[in-house]
Amino acid sequence: MIITQISILRTLLMILGITLVVGINAVFVVWLERKVAGHMQFRLGPTEVGPAGLLQTVADGLKLVSKQIIFPSSADTPIFILAPIICLIPVFVALVPVPFSETLQAHELDIGLLLVIALGLLNTLGILLAGWGCDNKYALLGASRAVAQILAYKIPLLLCILPVILLAGTFSLREIVVAQQESMWFALYQPVAFFMYLIAITMETNRSPFDFAEAESELVAGFHTEYSGMMFSLFFLAEYTYMFLASAIASILFLGGWLGPVLPGPVWMLLKIYFFLFLMMWFRWTFPRVRVDQMLAFGWKILLPISLLNFLLTAGVMAAL
Amino acid sequence: MNWSYAKNIVTGLVSLVQGMQVTITTMLSPSPTVEWPRETASLPARFRGHIMLVADGSTGFARCIACGSCVRACPSNCIEVRGEKPEGAKKKSPTLFQLDFTKCSLCGLCVESCPVEALAYSRDYALAGAERKVYSSMDLLAGLGTPFSEQCHEF
Repeated sequence: MIITQISILRTLLMILGITLVVGINAVFVVWLERKVAGHMQFRLGPTEVGPAGLLQTVADGLKLVSKQIIFPSSADTPIFILAPIICLIPVFVALVPVPFSETLQAHELDIGLLLVIALGLLNTLGILLAGWGCDNKYALLGASRAVAQILAYKIPLLLCILPVILLAGTFSLREIVVAQQESMWFALYQPVAFFMYLIAITMETNRSPFDFAEAESELVAGFHTEYSGMMFSLFFLAEYTYMFLASAIASILFLGGWLGPVLPGPVWMLLKIYFFLFLMMWFRWTFPRVRVDQMLAFGWKILLPISLLNFLLTAGVMAAL
Repeated sequence: MNWSYAKNIVTGLVSLVQGMQVTITTMLSPSPTVEWPRETASLPARFRGHIMLVADGSTGFARCIACGSCVRACPSNCIEVRGEKPEGAKKKSPTLFQLDFTKCSLCGLCVESCPVEALAYSRDYALAGAERKVYSSMDLLAGLGTPFSEQCHEF
């Protein structure tokens, strides 16, 4: 009886914790993105609401909540409603096996990495549903691009993760970090995989220069053209949480997760996560969007062969040793 | 793997890094934004705002002698001056000095033609008014002392 009560309490705490992480992260990252974008373009970014404009996102969020949700008359309403939810829920769940320190983890899974990868795939399903459901040509084009893109990046992405799994010998995210405690950060063993992983997560999170699904200047807003109010902000929330998740996985796989001197574990983890997030913003405000065919050629002709070669090389060296 | 394939990747990477260098140096350099109205930008020394009348140091009245040379010099016909001699004075003083700033092209001929240097450029750039009248008939005598008694002054 007591055990069930504890486990229920633990689950509730877990949900509360993840919700807090998702919410606070979204507020902070949107602010950071606007600040970084501003300063990279000789502007200041938000300055008015709260200290240094920190509460700007809260104000924008309130505005979005109070707005009317518009349903296009020709939309497939159930799919239209389902799409943002399918985008958001998997990233929510995928945060469960992510460890923020040796002890701070919602739930330890021995296949944590596989779960995260599998749930990450659902994001594209959400985008596809959004594009299909709202019966809009731009949205459908954006969605079809997202599907073409997932084929181009997901295989190299997995091929970049595999050498790390070979080195660590486990799928558990916590064990992978512990394995780096004994040796070094895997980024030092696997610089090529690390680098390619960075490119692949930029594609995975639909960020510029690979933001084809949105492509404001070509497709109006791509898959979320028809979404307004809170449903639109759900997509936004999903995107920023997805960035957070991808950065967390990157820091766990390659930069030793919570490992670091002096500061406590969670602080190191967050520092590394926001380092990756900053890197993605840096990419976004530096590089123009590439063409779709360039992206596909890049994925299939450069990312795939090199990551495959890297994986085979790692496997060969490990077998020889 | 052929040579141009590898070369392509390397040159592409170098150019990407160069691009990122540009944005990060921009980000770390101070922003040129001046947050008006909390701060104001420093105006150039020769900034030309609308013209204004210069007050005489000792009396506080306008230096203007209402000779009308600025009215004649103005190519846009936007200055209107009327003057009278105050009792016991040798020179005229303006009773009305009105500028139609909506017509003014800020050429500065009035300032140059003034024989007593009674005109100058103001440094007021934050102009805003609720009515057209505010700028189509600006009373440049406002705020200056006058040698006339109240009855004599037209306003």
